[in-house]
Amino acid sequence: MTTPLLDVRGLSTQLDSDTGVVRAVDGVSLTIDPGQTLGLVGESGCGKSMTARSIVRLLPSGGRTVAGQVLFEGRDLLTLDAGAMRAMRGHHIGVIFQDPSTSLNPVHPIGNQIAEPLRLHLGLSARAARDRVVELLSRVGIPRPQQRISDYPHQLSGGMRQRVMIAIAVACEPRLLIADEPTTALDVTIQAQILELIAGLSSETGTAVLLITHDLGIAAGMCDRIDVMYAGRMVETGSLDDLFYRPRMPYTWGLLDALPQLGMDRHTRLATIEGGPPDLSAVMAGCRFADRCAWTRDLCRSTEPLLTARSDAGHLARCHGTDAGGWIG
Amino acid sequence: MRRLLHHPSATLGLIVLTFVVIVAIVGLFWTPYDPYAVAPRQKFLPPDAVHLMGTDQYGRDILSRIMYGGHLTLLTGFLSIAMALSIGITFGVVGGWVGGRTDLAIVATMDILLAFPAVLLALGIVAVLGGSVTNVIVAVGIATIPVFNRVARAAVLSVTARPYVRAAVAMGCSDRQIIVRHVLPNVAGPLVVLTAITIAGAILIGSALSFLGLGAPPPEPEWGVMLNDARAYMQLGWWLTVMPGVAIALTVLALNLLGDGLRDLLDPTSRATDAHA
Repeated sequence: MTTPLLDVRGLSTQLDSDTGVVRAVDGVSLTIDPGQTLGLVGESGCGKSMTARSIVRLLPSGGRTVAGQVLFEGRDLLTLDAGAMRAMRGHHIGVIFQDPSTSLNPVHPIGNQIAEPLRLHLGLSARAARDRVVELLSRVGIPRPQQRISDYPHQLSGGMRQRVMIAIAVACEPRLLIADEPTTALDVTIQAQILELIAGLSSETGTAVLLITHDLGIAAGMCDRIDVMYAGRMVETGSLDDLFYRPRMPYTWGLLDALPQLGMDRHTRLATIEGGPPDLSAVMAGCRFADRCAWTRDLCRSTEPLLTARSDAGHLARCHGTDAGGWIG
Repeated sequence: MRRLLHHPSATLGLIVLTFVVIVAIVGLFWTPYDPYAVAPRQKFLPPDAVHLMGTDQYGRDILSRIMYGGHLTLLTGFLSIAMALSIGITFGVVGGWVGGRTDLAIVATMDILLAFPAVLLALGIVAVLGGSVTNVIVAVGIATIPVFNRVARAAVLSVTARPYVRAAVAMGCSDRQIIVRHVLPNVAGPLVVLTAITIAGAILIGSALSFLGLGAPPPEPEWGVMLNDARAYMQLGWWLTVMPGVAIALTVLALNLLGDGLRDLLDPTSRATDAHA
């Protein structure tokens, strides 16, 4: 058993909103081993991005982490002072955001933007940084890097911009790369290329990846382990095989059913999970998925199930129905 | 810069402004006649080949006075705006970035300044400090601070909400680095435009104060002072008031044209289409 690179314990993050305090992340724990790729999946608004943003302490205004620990190589990121946290971001932890077109600064050439973390964290000279930028650009698959280095973001396509974002995130060879829906803003043909690039870079440098996505298909192609979140809670965690072949939580079943299948009749509608996620500013008793679950019983509404171990090591699920003595087969 | 020259009104503004500035600089070292030399026998001469802009009530050559006085008028405009710009932007950026009570205090102060019309405010300040070129510059500067402060603050607020600022934080940049490298370059556009247009306004206010006798003392050939001097003799010679008036109007117009042109050019959408052309 190796010590995990990232060990998040009981993380709770709240957001202030017009309707009250939203408990966006509620007691979430997760671990990533060095070099491992962890997928964090769930539908929109279930707290995936907030979990990631809590880890790097990039919460929007009105957001605060109220409980928990974020141990990165044994140090709690939540207790680091601002300077130490800055030294962590972009150096040991790289972040890729969802929308590459707005995440690059329009007034600077891309070369300068990639050089920025190199100069900031590694103290490279302008010339050394430039050489490294050219190398990075060719690594992320941008042709003619010498010329491209002085291009402005608007002169690149969406896929190219995301490659630049990736180059910035991996410039200092971080030990952890957080990719928050890295392909959502891109079209499908580019998606695969970008994911391949992230997977390739991670295996070359041994960088661990936290991949946040709402698409189980993407997670299946890249991840070693998958964590499923629902309404701010971790509801199931396990290896890729556990999640795809032995899921033990009705929400995960719903996500899997919603995936389009090859060879599907084109007139068949995709399965959906009826209803929407609950209001996170309300106090909830019982299982948060109870209102949308087909197997709900009174117990589900009164007592929230715990994350309990299932057949395989490291496979946990939060469901009364599939727990020992449950009523779902 | 190259694109600036393709914009007709901006080009015109730039040419006229350059001309005015060069004339004012030349006027410091050389003028056709001594701008202060009184020649009672040559008073009220209409423009001709000897006195291109005629002479005034003391027989002083108007062209020489306009050339020599140009630096006073232009400096009033440039220095007062330089002052307003640096103070206004500093507080605007700090307020917009820090937010909270600091921001509230700055906004409230600026609102108080903004509640008075600029001319009135400048007038009041000069009345307290006493009339001199320096005091006019300070007064116009103070009166213009809130304009820059507001624009800078609004621009910082809108830029700060952009994902690339968050990306810069994720990259490990400190607040100072983010403001200098990521925020300021993105708010430069509106501020450059504002600078050109407010300099024009400052020249007008400065001239107005001089015209009211609160700026440069009378023998000085400041354009506003010249207008005031000539006021009593308007019927005796149109050139007495028209010449300095035209000088002021031309400078202000040039700055406004330049400002308009810059606004078009610094609009990021026009830049985007341009770069592909």
